[in-house]
Amino acid sequence: MTDDAGTSPSRRALLGWGGAGLALGAAAAGGAAAALSGGADETGAAAGSGGAVPFYGAHQAGIATPVQDRLHFAAFDVTTDDRAELIALLKEWTKAAARMTQGHPVGGGAVSDLVEAPPDDTGEALGLKASRLTLTIGFGPTLFRDKKGKDRFGIADRRPEALIDLPAFPGDNLEAARSDGDLCVQACADDPQVAVHAIRNLARIGMGRVAIRWSQLGFGKTSSTTPDAQTPRNMLGFKDGTRNIAGTDTAALDKHVWVSEKAGPAWLAGGSYLVARRIRMHIETWDRTSLKEQEDVFGRDKGEGAPQGKQHEHDEPDLRAMLPTAHVRLAHPDSNGGARILRRGYSFTDGTDGLGRLDAGLFFLAYQHDVRDGFVPVQRRLARSDALNEYIQHVGSALFAIPPGVRDADDWWGRALFSGRAPDGAPDGAP
Amino acid sequence: MRAARTSVVAAVSALTTITVVAGCAQKSDAKGAGAVQVTASDSACEVSKTSFPAGHVKLAVENKGSKVTEVYVYAPGDRIVTERENIGPGTRASINAEIKAGSYEIACKPGMKGHGIRQKVSATGKGKLPPRDPKLDKAVAAYRTYVQKQADETLPKVRTFADAIKKDDIEAAKKAYAPSRVGWERTEPVAESFGDIDPKVDVRADGLEQGQKWTGWHRLEKSLWQTKKITAADHALADQLVEDLKDWQKRVGTADITPTGMANGAKELLDEVQTGKVTGEEERYSHTDLVDFEGNVEGAKTSYTLLKPVVSANDPALAKELDKQFAAVGKLLDGYRQGDGFVSYDTVSTSRRKELSDAVNALAEPLSRLAAAVVSK
Repeated sequence: MTDDAGTSPSRRALLGWGGAGLALGAAAAGGAAAALSGGADETGAAAGSGGAVPFYGAHQAGIATPVQDRLHFAAFDVTTDDRAELIALLKEWTKAAARMTQGHPVGGGAVSDLVEAPPDDTGEALGLKASRLTLTIGFGPTLFRDKKGKDRFGIADRRPEALIDLPAFPGDNLEAARSDGDLCVQACADDPQVAVHAIRNLARIGMGRVAIRWSQLGFGKTSSTTPDAQTPRNMLGFKDGTRNIAGTDTAALDKHVWVSEKAGPAWLAGGSYLVARRIRMHIETWDRTSLKEQEDVFGRDKGEGAPQGKQHEHDEPDLRAMLPTAHVRLAHPDSNGGARILRRGYSFTDGTDGLGRLDAGLFFLAYQHDVRDGFVPVQRRLARSDALNEYIQHVGSALFAIPPGVRDADDWWGRALFSGRAPDGAPDGAP
Repeated sequence: MRAARTSVVAAVSALTTITVVAGCAQKSDAKGAGAVQVTASDSACEVSKTSFPAGHVKLAVENKGSKVTEVYVYAPGDRIVTERENIGPGTRASINAEIKAGSYEIACKPGMKGHGIRQKVSATGKGKLPPRDPKLDKAVAAYRTYVQKQADETLPKVRTFADAIKKDDIEAAKKAYAPSRVGWERTEPVAESFGDIDPKVDVRADGLEQGQKWTGWHRLEKSLWQTKKITAADHALADQLVEDLKDWQKRVGTADITPTGMANGAKELLDEVQTGKVTGEEERYSHTDLVDFEGNVEGAKTSYTLLKPVVSANDPALAKELDKQFAAVGKLLDGYRQGDGFVSYDTVSTSRRKELSDAVNALAEPLSRLAAAVVSK
């Protein structure tokens, strides 16, 4: 009994896939056409279209991109001390990210004729749309000099001045296992399975060179970068982050979000800084709080989302109409010397803790050109006075330098950081 | 090299549950017609034909030598198809077996030891398998020798463990526990291929089925470390463990070992480490997980080392990566050595367990491509 070699159904049957699954696999592996950057507008595909966001550009996608519905954020430790291995990984990651964001599987796909080997792609995104997946990489302070002070990759002198060690804020209760990281990847998509698939495959490609340090799933975007849209509600039931920077407001982005050439360092021009904070909310106590106190804590009304004393959500707040401890008043640019940050946070609910309380809150993500006049002063003020502190606690924290975008297929994540000469004098960093 | 067994052991051990490949009932009308005559002596092993039809095969053995002999039929890679021990000088024996088409070797072992005097034979018929790379056959044969050696060396260690229990010597039993498991851990995928032995000797409390009696190493582990009392029931369990492992020792040579099986087995050993040992689930009372961990890694490394001549030719980059990652895991384990064993796993912090887990991932990921490297090209 012999079948036609190579395409025999019996071989495929071994994989335990139904015929439909295989058909999808074949389509995906064969390259179901997905939109590439040509002709796509600056913000990429529209929400809900399932389309692809261009991967290549001056800035990394996933910052000014209209906020997708779902998040999988991962922080990695680099486990190798070998600069060449790290560079090789960044190149492999870039290739894989370019494919996955356009709706393609990584490497040789999720189903191949080589049944003796595990497939390159893990397969759970077979047949799913690109779902506006964006993958955004960042470099943590410990990549430049590790916790023992070692310059493992010969880039210590390239650590940006603004990539500080975040100060301790009053009330912080940070877990080491949910904080920091040498690298991060933010995966956002409208389909949670697409976001998880992306992180899972990058983690697998990285094994032996990087290891996931911690990761966070998020849902229900809590901020919008599309100002005409309704501001989503956070887990406390409030619209927060109404006055966010719009992804289309290039002037505001240039002023508050992108690192300018003048500010430097040169390798980071067109990049940004990302603060990630896991903010646990004391859901049960909040839910027992009177409506009046809830509204006073935020400085907004709960139903409409209007600032206190106003009618509509987007009305200009009158800060003096709020209590001095109101969250909106303290976080407002007018209370912070005009400082604005682009928020891109997500809600999370990681089941319950051992005490039966929801382990829920806000996974706060904020992009800015310099944390020293962005997140740090704002958080100092909030940590000191915010009435909301009774109901929240910061339990995880990380800061990353976000390199500029990948220009084309010859470019790669972090090329500018690693180009130049290696410490041993050997040139590297060439694509 | 299999140790010579005394005839007492070989005669009847607890073989009641064995399904013998060669156990076909002899038809009463078969009077040796069509049988392959095997004439054994102290220096020769003659066969009346070197080719016979596949299917039911009868070997009519006569020992004309002065030493007790054994006759084996080996498939490529020294897999035992069938065997008969204790054929005394001047006696006859008949062996029946179902043999598929393919190449085999018939071996006589005067004195019941060694490689034997071998004759190449073939069973002819439909659906003959293509010949395999002799380098791979060599790897399989060497691995089979390794597996047998692990079983042979395990038995005395298990007896030491069992004897300590029967003397109610808790301290001695605790000391003997982890070493008695190493041979099993090194060859776990092969050991587990005998589906009836594994649940008797290596099952954990959480692995028990409804109504299944808990026996084996981990049941005794619980007595020693948790209840800290040895009971009469434990004495019986210790005896049974020895018997069950004697059964394993006897059957291990018949396991179906293939090159891809060896490669996948190596990957499975790392799976064992990742899901059972790194978590501390396997040795939850004794915390000797790192001993098992090392055994699993050593077994995987043996498979890989034997397959390496083929892998180096087919995928040199993979071989280089595996060498590097095996070394990295070895170095990490070295940091936990204490005396002739390892530190108790309950002293290893979560962050250090994560470091072990990351190193296992770094090794297991390229190891998962070993099977393809063995079959490719």
